[in-house]
Amino acid sequence: MDALNALVVLTNFVVVPGLAYGSQLALGALGVTLVYSVLRFSNFAHGETMAAGAMIVVLVTWGLQGLGVSLGPLPTALLALPIGIAGAVLLCLLTDKFVYRYYREQRASPVIYLIVSVGVMFVYNGIVRVIIGPNDQLFLDGQRFILKARAFKQMTGLNEGLAIKTSQVVTVVTAFAVVALVFWFLNKTRTGKSMRAFSDNEDLALLSGINPDRVVMITWILVGAVATIAGTLYGLDKSFKPFVYLQLLLPIFAAAIVGGVGNPLGAIAGGFVIAFSELFITFAYKKIVMYMGPEGYVPDGLVQLLSTDYKFAVSFLILVIVLLVKPTGIFSGKSI
Amino acid sequence: MTQLSRNILLFGAMAGLLAFVGFLQSWNVAFSLLNLCLISAVMALGVNIQWGYAGLFNVGIMGFAALGGLAGVLISSQPVPAALEAGGVGIVGGIIAGLATIVAGIFTWRRTAHMGRRRYWLTAFAVAVGYMIMRMIIDPAVAAIEAVEPAKTGYLGGLGLPIMFSWVVGGGFAAIAAWIVGRISLGLRSDYLAIATLGISEIIIYFLKFEDWLTRGVKNVTGLPRPVPYEVDLNESLAFREFVTGYGFEVVDASSLLVKICYAILFALVLLSILWLSETALRSPWGRMMRAIRDNEVSANAMGKNVTKQHLLVFVLGSAVIGIAGAMLTTLDGQFTPTAYQPLRFTFLIWVMVIIGGSGNNWGAILGGFIVWFFWIEAEPISHAVVDFVTSGLAEDNIVRVQLLTNAAHMRLLTMGAVLLLVLRFSPRGLIPETRR
Repeated sequence: MDALNALVVLTNFVVVPGLAYGSQLALGALGVTLVYSVLRFSNFAHGETMAAGAMIVVLVTWGLQGLGVSLGPLPTALLALPIGIAGAVLLCLLTDKFVYRYYREQRASPVIYLIVSVGVMFVYNGIVRVIIGPNDQLFLDGQRFILKARAFKQMTGLNEGLAIKTSQVVTVVTAFAVVALVFWFLNKTRTGKSMRAFSDNEDLALLSGINPDRVVMITWILVGAVATIAGTLYGLDKSFKPFVYLQLLLPIFAAAIVGGVGNPLGAIAGGFVIAFSELFITFAYKKIVMYMGPEGYVPDGLVQLLSTDYKFAVSFLILVIVLLVKPTGIFSGKSI
Repeated sequence: MTQLSRNILLFGAMAGLLAFVGFLQSWNVAFSLLNLCLISAVMALGVNIQWGYAGLFNVGIMGFAALGGLAGVLISSQPVPAALEAGGVGIVGGIIAGLATIVAGIFTWRRTAHMGRRRYWLTAFAVAVGYMIMRMIIDPAVAAIEAVEPAKTGYLGGLGLPIMFSWVVGGGFAAIAAWIVGRISLGLRSDYLAIATLGISEIIIYFLKFEDWLTRGVKNVTGLPRPVPYEVDLNESLAFREFVTGYGFEVVDASSLLVKICYAILFALVLLSILWLSETALRSPWGRMMRAIRDNEVSANAMGKNVTKQHLLVFVLGSAVIGIAGAMLTTLDGQFTPTAYQPLRFTFLIWVMVIIGGSGNNWGAILGGFIVWFFWIEAEPISHAVVDFVTSGLAEDNIVRVQLLTNAAHMRLLTMGAVLLLVLRFSPRGLIPETRR
């Protein structure tokens, strides 16, 4: 019984949130990795792309809510998602046309791209804050919980409750569908194959008649879509606040690097590695110790490896370990 | 027009702008602008050493500046003997345990190379055990220190030395942090350094925000001693009052102006000496080597130059300069507020300074520091006026107008981003381009 209770505590506070957070990071890292593998730079503006896409979704959701449209138990934001994606894709394509394309033609060095993407990041950041402001915005509606803690307790007769939020299930399901779709696209379609060819060897791809402009365009479309979905899912799960997307940048980069930059599969794995390490390291094990330890023993503190204040330090720590031990990441991405 | 006369014109125009503020608003405002311009210029010099000399992209400027600020607290605030008694030994013990953990981890890692997969587990185990021992020693000490009069102190305090010492120590702190980051991420892909500095600066700022025993966290450390006279003392001093009234000044205005001028002189001295040092370095054989490495790493490497080592050196030097500027900032404020170090926002501002001024040129970095800070401060009223004008056709309570007006402050970020992109695209060499030697 005690072991079961401990397991439920762990599931409730680590496994379920970890799956949702991991899916969000995985989608974010997928976007970073796609940009890296085709355009060959680390896109610092990716977090803000997520924010911009999510912002459009929030605005459209408000409009739909005002019209009385709803999806029943599911959040209305899912209906608004296509418009958000269209907006973010448009933003990415315009940015590419007016900003990145020039440097591509110049064959600028990666570090120049880096600075340019930081500039783009601040422009996006400014746009988002001018339109929607820097504050928390609520846009979640529908049924809040699929499984409530109290219902779970009554159902099983355990001391500990297990709560599953609708947004968490929506996150995991959507992320799974999106990842499956992206992989199908990359591996099965002609366009996807030409993208992979371009990423593997640019010169050879050009020689075989692949149109680079088209590949770049498709990449930005994919990136805009994936970023908007990731940003919206994060906003549904926690809340929409422009500042958080800036902070998400570090875990997302860490996820992409852990998995191996430029490797889509690695990005997914990296997202979950970062999410679960963050939760496992900042989790307070007090209750687990109480259930599993000797009878009647209550630990003094929270039995926490690292205070929750430092959750971003975990991504950094993992990043450092990867850089020291295996700079190419788990799935051996590009190292140059 | 020759380059020299152009430069003189640019700096003259900048001085004119400041004088304009002095005549139009007040000389007090002009000098507080000037002081922050000087500090920004020092930071821009530090970034220019990294970017202009070596092409290293540092996204963690605020983190290094915050370390300089920490030095200000540790050097100059009054010691708290009660806290030292309560937890001093524990803290020292904890730090020793922490260092021992790192050593144990490295030792285990080096000694277990032949063990395959078990190597990872053994190293992780060694570090985990060491970490737990450290926490067991340090946690009670931290609790004890934070319990000492939390409303007034609740932290270890500092050494009670003059705050000017912290400028050197702050540079040292930043240099140590930079060495660690550089050691890990240099020599790998170029953007790893950028991501690693982004990470370390976030962590430094979180650390300073949450470790109350060291910095009082969000409770802030206020009332740090000054290297220059206090206004109150000046106002009470008879000699000063007679002196300024003799020239027809208000005593209160004159005293705060004098304090600001004193600061400006101190900061200008630091700025000029760092400028002189880095110009000398640029002209030396070492500077020539750095330019060679920046322009073509492969051939510099072929000439027997250790690129990674030189990158590390230049990264540490640049960060030290940023740390000095951070300590100067705390000195000017007279207080340490961890929440004021907004990680990316101000980092980015310094970047814009360097790029606009002219990367690779120290004079350019200084000019950029002055111009960008000046307009950053003055942009708020300007952008508000612009939005007000653009939306003046709409009704007073129109939602779009209200929204835009309340968020007009964020136009600054957008403008700075756009300016950076435009300069990079159309004038990548900046206002004062690097001189070919």
